[in-house]
Amino acid sequence: MNRIESAFANKPIFMPYFPLGYPDLDTSIDVIEALAKNGADLIEVGLSFSDPLADGPVIQRATQIALEKGITVRKSLAAVAELRRRGVTVPLILMGYFNPMLAYGLEKFVCDAREAGADGFIIPDLPLEEAGEFESALSGATQQGSEVEAQANGVNRPSTTLRSAQDGELPLIQMLAPTSPNERMEAIARNAKGFIYLVSVTGVTGARASISDGLGDLIARVREHASVPVCVGFGIGTPEQAKQVGALADGVIVGSACVKTIGENPNPVEAAKEFARSFRNAMR
Amino acid sequence: MTLLPAKFGIYGGQFVPETLMPALIELEEAFVSAQNDAAFQEEFNRLMASFVGRPTPLTYAKRLSEKLGGAQIYLKREDLAHTGAHKINNALGQALLVKRMGKRRIVAETGAGQHGVASATAAALLGLECVVYMGVVDIARQEPNVFRMKLLGAEVQPVTSGTQTLKDAINEAIRDWVTNVRDTHYLLGSALGPHPYPTIVREFQSVIGTEAREQVMMEVGHLPDTVIACVGGGSNAIGIFSGFVKDDGVELIGVEAGGNGIASGKHAARFGDPSKARVGVIHGTRTYVLQDEDGQIAETHSVSAGLDYAAVGPEHAMMRDNERAFYTSATDEEALDAFQTLCHTEGIIPALESSHAVAEVIKRAPTMRKDQVILVNLSGRGDKDLNTVIKEMRI
Repeated sequence: MNRIESAFANKPIFMPYFPLGYPDLDTSIDVIEALAKNGADLIEVGLSFSDPLADGPVIQRATQIALEKGITVRKSLAAVAELRRRGVTVPLILMGYFNPMLAYGLEKFVCDAREAGADGFIIPDLPLEEAGEFESALSGATQQGSEVEAQANGVNRPSTTLRSAQDGELPLIQMLAPTSPNERMEAIARNAKGFIYLVSVTGVTGARASISDGLGDLIARVREHASVPVCVGFGIGTPEQAKQVGALADGVIVGSACVKTIGENPNPVEAAKEFARSFRNAMR
Repeated sequence: MTLLPAKFGIYGGQFVPETLMPALIELEEAFVSAQNDAAFQEEFNRLMASFVGRPTPLTYAKRLSEKLGGAQIYLKREDLAHTGAHKINNALGQALLVKRMGKRRIVAETGAGQHGVASATAAALLGLECVVYMGVVDIARQEPNVFRMKLLGAEVQPVTSGTQTLKDAINEAIRDWVTNVRDTHYLLGSALGPHPYPTIVREFQSVIGTEAREQVMMEVGHLPDTVIACVGGGSNAIGIFSGFVKDDGVELIGVEAGGNGIASGKHAARFGDPSKARVGVIHGTRTYVLQDEDGQIAETHSVSAGLDYAAVGPEHAMMRDNERAFYTSATDEEALDAFQTLCHTEGIIPALESSHAVAEVIKRAPTMRKDQVILVNLSGRGDKDLNTVIKEMRI
């Protein structure tokens, strides 16, 4: 069982998002560690991009600050490795836009992410139609990874590194939206790996006043075709909303509210602990 | 998978959030069915003639040709199209598609304001709600167009994120679209963005090339030797190139914004600066993108708001690779000189965007024989740029 599968042993799971480098690199690492050790079951680790077109104002601003403070893909991957060194065991999914990954080199990015201890990828501007190239990089990296491992060990013995927790290739998490028609939903859900990221509203990231009425039906439509857990994100901002959505879905993704609450607090690490606990408690 | 090819060689594609994919599929279906619908074509052609004023003239630039002493220069007068630029061709075409899809609202991005004005005009004509996103930097330098959009009933949304120019206006337009996609169409103004936009925009702009080819044949009796157009996203260029792309002997030249010069780093020459431009993905398409080592999109600079953008249309990227077209750049200074030259020699005030194409004519014509012909796409008129020009030239 890999880390993502283990995380879904107790559903619904709580999945906060936080961008590396915000408000600065060291604090963001501390914040993610605090989230992981206070109730987050899986963390979406944000990679910053200058033109985040699926994001609302809160995440735009945070990632902009991260970039101004000098965050890069390389530093972000090093931060993931640091989190593993600190004993963070929850799955860490890298969420970022495609261009910085392309610039880094897809194969190298996937390899280095795996080496650092990441568990998967969410790329909002990579729909099913364009996923092939990244999928190839993923399978290439898996082969390359196992060759390196075999060489390092001399014999075909399982490695004892953190990487050995991973079984096979890391998943590219597929997203579904309320606008996805049934046949498209089926095509995407059928091949989904890890879990499905269901976007709950038509729009960009950011907390909304209430959960949309049709969410239950939407989740039911996805479940018809899905063999992996279904997690809901976009628009969920309070523990009460998380509880509501958690009653319907396998996991709840909280991004903008997490970034805003923690980023605005003079003591971000304490805020992260409190934030994770409040959502975890509400969702039990 | 798609009805029409989604890629131009390795370029193009559909790099957008899942929420928008169904809208792109719907748009492609509407476009393909409209292309095969005689009634749609008739309506489009009728509006092109009776509303836009097409065909736009071909003007022989006699005094400019004499002054330069080489090739004979002909101007395709898109500046005389209604609203003052070629942008109206595509805006009206897409607005008709919006009616066909049963949507009621359009959002558009604008840099120079020409596409915003064209969109606002098409929306007024067809009874659609229109919101135009425009960076605050561009609002300041293209003020007359902001008033025009407002007068036409559009809402102009100032964009304060990022570099506050065209790139950020596109981000905001896409964010609006993703939120309101069920009743809103994104009226993208250049040959950019995810499939099917680059193809749709080229097809609606191909009227420029079709007309210009016929006009040159009538006027001089043979094809031009060289066709020159400025390239921001590249819609006016792809429009005029499309008329000649199959004529192997016709040289196609695109002119990018050289800003303060390539060496200064302050420019928008995607093909001209290998140190900053690499193949990447921005705004839904794979193409040449000015970016830093980490894949962050670079800031660009041009005196001309319409060329001040970090990426180029994917079809141009293909045409550059397969050498069907050649791309060069003109600096701010060269464009401003060309602006003044055309004013003085021909009595035409060109847009600063189009002035980049004229700058290349000034460099190239003297090296050509007198029996050779250059066709240049005068994509827009310069009234909108007077503030900038007065400031830059200290008139």
